[in-house]
Amino acid sequence: MRITVDASKCQGHARCYALAPELFDVDDYGQSTVRIDGDVPVELEDRARLASANCPEFAIDIVE
Amino acid sequence: MERAPVKDWETDFDVMDPAYVLDPFTIWDQLREVCPVARTERRHGAWLLTTYEDVTAAAHDVKTFSSLEVGVIAPEEEPEEGDLVLEYGLPPISSDAPLHTWTRRLLLPWFSHRRVDEYEVVTRELCQNLIGGFIEAGHADSAADYAQQIPVRIIAKILGVPDSLSDTFTGWVRDVLEFADDRDRVRRGVEGIINYLVEEVARRREDPRDDLISELVHTEHEGAPIDEGIVIGIAALVLIAGIDTTWSAIGSSLWHLANNPDDTARLVAEPELMDTAIEEFLRAYSPVTMARVVTHDTEFKGCPMHEGDKVLMNFPSANRDPAFFEDADKVILDRIQNRHVAFGSGIHRCAGSNLARMELRVAIEEWLRQIPTFQMADGAEVTWAGGQVRGPRVLPVVFP
Repeated sequence: MRITVDASKCQGHARCYALAPELFDVDDYGQSTVRIDGDVPVELEDRARLASANCPEFAIDIVE
Repeated sequence: MERAPVKDWETDFDVMDPAYVLDPFTIWDQLREVCPVARTERRHGAWLLTTYEDVTAAAHDVKTFSSLEVGVIAPEEEPEEGDLVLEYGLPPISSDAPLHTWTRRLLLPWFSHRRVDEYEVVTRELCQNLIGGFIEAGHADSAADYAQQIPVRIIAKILGVPDSLSDTFTGWVRDVLEFADDRDRVRRGVEGIINYLVEEVARRREDPRDDLISELVHTEHEGAPIDEGIVIGIAALVLIAGIDTTWSAIGSSLWHLANNPDDTARLVAEPELMDTAIEEFLRAYSPVTMARVVTHDTEFKGCPMHEGDKVLMNFPSANRDPAFFEDADKVILDRIQNRHVAFGSGIHRCAGSNLARMELRVAIEEWLRQIPTFQMADGAEVTWAGGQVRGPRVLPVVFP
């Protein structure tokens, strides 16, 4: 599984960080970025799906 | 204030009507079904958007829907000569680009998740102290004695003003937000806030400290100090938007738990559900409705909107829209699909959402840790505030 954040859609809700801080970071101005390189560790895949399903801006894409 | 009964909700809605304040949910369900864009001629007229699709579309279309008027209740009367007014409104919430853009950028780092983490310890201690004040008694007004006491003190810390004035701040903010129909109360709240902040700003000019007001006073924008009207507007926004809203969310969450012992028991037994539970409380009991003003004549979902029209973006109703949320009317503590817009959507997303989320989570965690079982007091008369911000104001509960 790979995850991406579309910076043009992200508005800094930081729901991804609140629900999956291992996978996402959010800067001081609200821009979210993916914290890991490459594939999402298997044990964090559910967290990645949860973060994506909670993004009000549809900014997180998951490729499985 | 005397209020004419609502003739019908499609063409004569009134968000201050007692029936709406008490139980807006059935009214939203009906409107989404039969008239998703409702209309009223009350208070100079307004439109009410109720579906997730329409509310988020309007929030993103900042060219058509300006933020220059975000107040849900327009005062019936024009300001009188001598009334104090916020010259620049409350930037960035009540502004459009470019003022919105740079004032928001100034404010955001104060509410980043890193900064908010620093406030968590003090928030937890505050919650513990509050609970310590009533736990032996076996009963409490969980709205007035607990929820209401939390956000105001953290906001005071951020602004750098004494938390001994918490009751005063709370009074002013309620005057402005909850009694928007009552001209004298609004005047009292606005004057209280402006007069107080003018003095604080003058003090920070002489004696800067490590707080938000000092930073605003001593920061430059495009090579010049920030206009004092803008400094006061930003500080007033933090006070007004940071108190009533989160307190309402904490109160509504406690109201849900007091009335749903199965959810309380589950959350106590499975604390790992806390993160999704908090988002679910925010979805199901979103406190805040915001307004916009139409910038040019347009048609929205078949409705003829004119320049200057007020449009209410009903985020709480959007979050209960069954076309977007499965079992929208049920509170599901481990809900996965939850793109709620309790903090708005688009470029005006609540700047304090990290702080609000932390305060709500810590308030519920500490309550459940010390009071794992509780219920409404016998014959409890819960009262609710509504309009711009909905939440319980009197919430008597008992615990063993």
